[in-house]
Amino acid sequence: MEVDFGPAVRDFRDELRDWFADHLVGEFAEHRGVGGPTDGAAWDVRLAWDRELSAGNWLGVGWPKEYGGRGLGLIEEIAFEYEYARANAPYRATVNALDLLGPMLLAMGDEAQKKRFLPPILAVEELWGQGFSEPGAGSDLASVRTRAERDGDQWVVNGQKVWTSFGVHADWLYVLTRTDPDSRRHKGLTLLLLPTDQPGVEIRPIRNLAGQDEFAEVFLSDARTGADMAVGEVGQGWRTAMATLGIERGTTLLPQQLGFEREAEALIDLARARGALDDPMLRRRIVDAWISVRIMRTTNLRTIAELTAGRTPGPQATTAKLYASTRHQQLGHLAMELAGPAGQIVGEDYELDTRQRSFLLSLAETIYGGSSEIQRNIIGELLLGLPREPRP
Amino acid sequence: MDLTFSEEQHELRTVVRSFLTRHATEADVRRLAADPRGHDPWIWRRMATEIGLQGLAVPEEYGGSGFGYADLGVVFEETGRALLCAPYFATVALAAEALLRCDDEAARAELLPGIASGETVATLALTEDDGRWDELGIRLNARAGASGWLLTGEKTYVPDGHLADLLLVAARTPAGISLFAVTTADAPGLTRTPLPTLDQTRKQARVTFADTPARLLGTDGTAWPALARTLATAAVLLAVEQVGGAAAALDTAVAYAKIREQYGRPIGSFQGIKHKCADMLVEIESARSAAYAGLWALDAGDETEIAVAAALAQAFCSEAFTKVAADTIQVHGGIGFTWEHPAHLYLKRAKSSEVLLGTPAYHRELLAARLGI
Repeated sequence: MEVDFGPAVRDFRDELRDWFADHLVGEFAEHRGVGGPTDGAAWDVRLAWDRELSAGNWLGVGWPKEYGGRGLGLIEEIAFEYEYARANAPYRATVNALDLLGPMLLAMGDEAQKKRFLPPILAVEELWGQGFSEPGAGSDLASVRTRAERDGDQWVVNGQKVWTSFGVHADWLYVLTRTDPDSRRHKGLTLLLLPTDQPGVEIRPIRNLAGQDEFAEVFLSDARTGADMAVGEVGQGWRTAMATLGIERGTTLLPQQLGFEREAEALIDLARARGALDDPMLRRRIVDAWISVRIMRTTNLRTIAELTAGRTPGPQATTAKLYASTRHQQLGHLAMELAGPAGQIVGEDYELDTRQRSFLLSLAETIYGGSSEIQRNIIGELLLGLPREPRP
Repeated sequence: MDLTFSEEQHELRTVVRSFLTRHATEADVRRLAADPRGHDPWIWRRMATEIGLQGLAVPEEYGGSGFGYADLGVVFEETGRALLCAPYFATVALAAEALLRCDDEAARAELLPGIASGETVATLALTEDDGRWDELGIRLNARAGASGWLLTGEKTYVPDGHLADLLLVAARTPAGISLFAVTTADAPGLTRTPLPTLDQTRKQARVTFADTPARLLGTDGTAWPALARTLATAAVLLAVEQVGGAAAALDTAVAYAKIREQYGRPIGSFQGIKHKCADMLVEIESARSAAYAGLWALDAGDETEIAVAAALAQAFCSEAFTKVAADTIQVHGGIGFTWEHPAHLYLKRAKSSEVLLGTPAYHRELLAARLGI
């Protein structure tokens, strides 16, 4: 099934396809499909790929030209993601700045912040990490305890952040802080932009279950940033943070899920090679895996079609994450089972093959970006209108 | 191919839903479920005359409105929501489609206008005692007599076979599988026995033929590809109907979870219930994707894609409806287990439509074969 984005976008698509044909070569082509939201594999290659994209002016397709973008619309952004997924290009290393911080600054930042930060994001000159979660504030971000106090024309920040993806590479962090010490819950929070290159910022890698160091905990001890580094109003950081998290992610789900589709096809090839298709139980699970990825694709295409028709996406845009993350884990279990004894063996220095890495990292997909339990609350309360669970 | 519904299709949905809200209430469903005939000819006529539902996707040259499968899908999702008691699936999804696919222009020109106008109730008689939906399941014998073809044998599990004016019968001749038309009003040797069904909202019959004269449609022995294609279309339309039924069942579960209190608060505020309802919606939206992909494939007319999408839709949507209907009873607790509550109507429709065109396991195998797995 294909999406027809209409004649206006056809030239854009053709240009992009040609560009991929010319540039997704050599080392980049060897790293097709590498990476993922919690996967730091081949970091240097992927960063170089982001710079290649930047040189081709393909980052920030929908961002205004004055900040280095192409100034095109949502439909071109979606077409870009779709072609990107088709090309199976390496996962973008700077996705955090491109998909979350950038759109947030465009929506809520002041003019000086946009001019200062957006062009270096698109030029891949400054890398960003997100400082929202804390040891005591994961799904419940209103429990943020990191404090920020004004000292003249600066903010002084103290506290600890955790699960910062690619934090060890970050030049800057966007952090949710409590600026009113007497405030409770989601009141009195402020979102600050904070440089990491200073004595008050210590970043320690956290090793994930796949043996990679690609997220970090961040210790802030009298770390400083300018008074002009608050995004949105002081004390309204909750609103700013929620706007970030609410930014439409349907388009970013698409490349990831087309990747799942490739995994399912590889799994079928493996099963065929192993003669596993003759086993009725395995056969059933294999067909179900194929059904799952096909449904993910259709669900995404429904959302894209609604967005490009100028409509608010239906409930499927919200249910897609829960379905995809759950089904991808089942796919991983099945792939490991088909691999058999060979799946137990890893390379030197705990080097994992694609299947092992995908299986292990899939366990994060039902946690990050709102855990499955949080997703069910959102679906129950926002889509079905069920009463909220009692909260303090 | 447009992967979303148009404004006109949204309007069609509103019109059909409003009609069914008036003419297919729970009281109507219960009345007709208890009625041996199982449908109300007055409502059937109004479906045809007020909104032209029977002829919606029949080409204009045969007296229909010439709309596409996505439009028809909108109607089936709504009839599924309402648990409509009418021979709509049998007439439109099976019989009209079989006529459209068969290689017989004269028969189309003669028989389709009656279906489109609502005058003819029709069905497809394919399954026999073993309930198989594949080519090998067709054993009923047809032989050429002196003055035409004669059918002898038995069909069973025929949807709305007890009241159909027109039976399209799959039979075996020395040349292979062939399709025949039997007009029930004047058919010697024809016996129709209503079967008491678990799902009382969709009736079935056993039909026996003893040297019953029948009209051959198209060329003798070549009917199977057209029948297989008919079943693929029906599989998609049934899937959309199943989505509608599941969505309506979830609506009742959610409405109940909002008002029913335990421990001093609505049960829908407890995660045990809330998360179950959320999972039901995930299941329904995933089923929608499966079913809609089938509609779009039908409208695009890509035969390979139709075969894949149809098998996928039945494999997934059948189980999704049953799961949602069963969970709806669970959310309702004891009340959901009573005859008075509508939850069991959905469960029974779900469980019966799960096997109506072949089990999910059968459709998984069809899918696997089509994918080369």
